[in-house]
Amino acid sequence: MRPSRQVTIIASVALILCLASSVLVLRRLDSMRSGATLKEVLLISSPKVLKRLSLGYDGLLADVYWTRTVQYFGGKHYDGGHSYALLAPLLEITTALDPQLIVAYEFGANFLAPKPPNGAGLTEQAIKLTNFGIQNNPQEWHLYYDLGFVYYMDLKDYRRAAEAFAKGAEIPGAHPFLRVLAAQMAQHGGELEMARLLWFTTYQSTGERSVRANAAAHLRALQVDEDVINFERAIEAYHDKMGSLPANLDELKTAGLIKNVPLDPLGNAYKLTADGRVEVVDPDDLPFITKGTPIGYVPPPPRFLPTDH
Amino acid sequence: MSSRVTHIAANTFREAVRDRVLYNLVAFALLMSGAAILVGQISIGIERLVVVNLGLSAVSLFGVVIAIFIGIGLVSKEIEKRTLYTVLSRSVQRWEFIVGKFFGLAGTLVVNTVCMAIGVFAALLYVSHHFQASDGWILVALYFVVLQFLIVTAIALLFSSFSSPLLSAVFAFSLFVIGSFAEDLRGFASMAHGASKWLATGMAYLVPNFSSFNVIGSVAHEQPVALNLIVANTAYAILYAATALCGAVLIFTRRDLK
Repeated sequence: MRPSRQVTIIASVALILCLASSVLVLRRLDSMRSGATLKEVLLISSPKVLKRLSLGYDGLLADVYWTRTVQYFGGKHYDGGHSYALLAPLLEITTALDPQLIVAYEFGANFLAPKPPNGAGLTEQAIKLTNFGIQNNPQEWHLYYDLGFVYYMDLKDYRRAAEAFAKGAEIPGAHPFLRVLAAQMAQHGGELEMARLLWFTTYQSTGERSVRANAAAHLRALQVDEDVINFERAIEAYHDKMGSLPANLDELKTAGLIKNVPLDPLGNAYKLTADGRVEVVDPDDLPFITKGTPIGYVPPPPRFLPTDH
Repeated sequence: MSSRVTHIAANTFREAVRDRVLYNLVAFALLMSGAAILVGQISIGIERLVVVNLGLSAVSLFGVVIAIFIGIGLVSKEIEKRTLYTVLSRSVQRWEFIVGKFFGLAGTLVVNTVCMAIGVFAALLYVSHHFQASDGWILVALYFVVLQFLIVTAIALLFSSFSSPLLSAVFAFSLFVIGSFAEDLRGFASMAHGASKWLATGMAYLVPNFSSFNVIGSVAHEQPVALNLIVANTAYAILYAATALCGAVLIFTRRDLK
């Protein structure tokens, strides 16, 4: 064998061995340092300093920070976390780097406002973020909608919610439902009806597949909640009238207490338990339901990108 | 005269291609295709934004790096290889040599930018499935990036005309960073008093101002670019590049090459 060929073979083998070994060592290092690398820390917490350091490439840096925010929230949310210490600072940096990044305000408010496990429970921060967004993008009606949404859903502050929806409705091109929402808030309309209108507006107005799917899941949950409330009222009336619980839900129809026996939004029949409660067949497939679950039911970890059907 | 400048420019372009400068396009293509495919999976709602922001930032950064690292060697390499003496002995004026080198590298950067722009639009089509009228503003942002290259190339050539490649690279890169902070320098000048105010104001106008060329963020959000900004930026880039080029010519014509 020629010496040059020998060198080629030895170098090639050594290259592969060294590369494979370095990968193994790195994996070992990762396992040793997992605590340190995953520690919640923002090396540069000042949005102003970061904007300067970006050398004009602040748009790209904002995209990086937004992706980091999504990953941070998603990771914590999936693990059922209750503390989101970096969420607000990450969103502050993202929106300071790119004040026109509407998606960061819209999703950011939805990450921050809801109580755990659905969100971080930082309602005030969500309002602050959305107001910053409105300040920088006064013609974006979506932001007024998000603000009203937070005021209603998380604070039950009807007056401020009505104000936000009314202001949003004045913007050219705003969704027509904003006026209806403003009026309903002002009148303190029925809770289920109001929530349905809000989620329906979200479902109709978003172009994001995940938001649409989330709105659809909430609409399904509202349908279940409403059905279960109606069943429970009818069961109570049946008990008062007959002195016993119905053997099945069809008896409620026979007794003239309900017009028909609805199926749940997934097409399954509701179950009547021996103690007169109404449950869905599979609560895991109906996230966000507040009624119709078995006693002591613990919802599974959230699933990402549920299908929109 | 003009044919001599054209010949030097063409040779500079050929040399840059021979130096495998355009290999950066492979890295760019990988970056764009990776971003276009991956971002939709790891982030929310910014697929188009990332393609525009990342694409234009990469075009700008790759170009600035090429402008600096090729620009600083344009004169020194010719001296080192002793080819400069052959060129200058053939009735080529020193200023023609400098101007030819400038246009050669600028041409290389324009070709490089055109190739990258095709990549940006291809990635945009992949994530958006269609083009829209506002995508035309991306071309304006790319034009501004090319104007930025003209200034950086002229600055690199200026330093290359009297300094070593290493120092030229340090000077040119430092000036690029300072130029990115030029508006802050002006803000500092407005707050200062007395001699420091004059010094800061003078510095702010002496260093190149790159911030006005940066419209990447606004075109990513589909916002239009004002026509007067296009005209003013064009005039500023031509004037500043011409200033640096004149400085390079002045230094190089007086330089003792023995």
